[in-house]
Amino acid sequence: MLRRDVFKVITSGSILLFTGLLKPITAFAKWNKAAFTAADFDEAVTAYFPGHKIQASDQITIGVHPVVENGAVVPVKINSDIPNIESITIFVDKNPNPLIANFDLSPGCIGFISTRIKVQQPSNIVAIVKSDMGVFSKSTFIEVHEGGCG
Amino acid sequence: MASSIRLKTRTNNGVTTVRAIIRHPMETGFRVDNETAEIVPAHYINQVIVKHKDVLIMSCDWSRAISKNPYLSFMFKGAEIGDKLELIWHDNKNNTDSIETLIE
Repeated sequence: MLRRDVFKVITSGSILLFTGLLKPITAFAKWNKAAFTAADFDEAVTAYFPGHKIQASDQITIGVHPVVENGAVVPVKINSDIPNIESITIFVDKNPNPLIANFDLSPGCIGFISTRIKVQQPSNIVAIVKSDMGVFSKSTFIEVHEGGCG
Repeated sequence: MASSIRLKTRTNNGVTTVRAIIRHPMETGFRVDNETAEIVPAHYINQVIVKHKDVLIMSCDWSRAISKNPYLSFMFKGAEIGDKLELIWHDNKNNTDSIETLIE
């Protein structure tokens, strides 16, 4: 490699570095691509909660109808009275990408989230709650007549 | 243009319930258009944040498996009637929209 080529590589590298540094830091920073694109449930959970032991908990309730006609719109409510909740994450174990959504809650928030999700086939809906005491999960099975991922 | 977002709040005993509906196709990238017989490219909101008086109180990371025209509700403490509440979304095509409301 010629000297000027080395120089070129170094300068282009620093330009990249600088543009990276100059980018405004926004709240839209950290969409976890590895976890969101994982096709396997365990893989998605591990990618989202690396190094955490996940304990089953009865302090989480999942409000979802056990039999769903239309998987394109499945109302889901998660409640939890676990103290100091940092996040609530929803997985559907049999969906093409099992990680559905994460909600980061500030300390003023109540342990509650309500949304509507797509469920492709009969699946376990899994809610994972992260607090300062650890990572906890609850699962409930739902039957789906018409899949919602089309 | 009308906002893509409807944002409503109700405060009872110091707890504010926030409800939002966002108009968005939330295309998975799996759906085939019936007329063109072509796959509709993925187009979905991947992040939503909510600020109370300019302080971030809730942020969401979403996949394409949130239903079309997403609905979101959550609850928080510490707001006064008339405080500013702002919701901003961002999608995988770098579209974004936001709305501000006063807490009721």
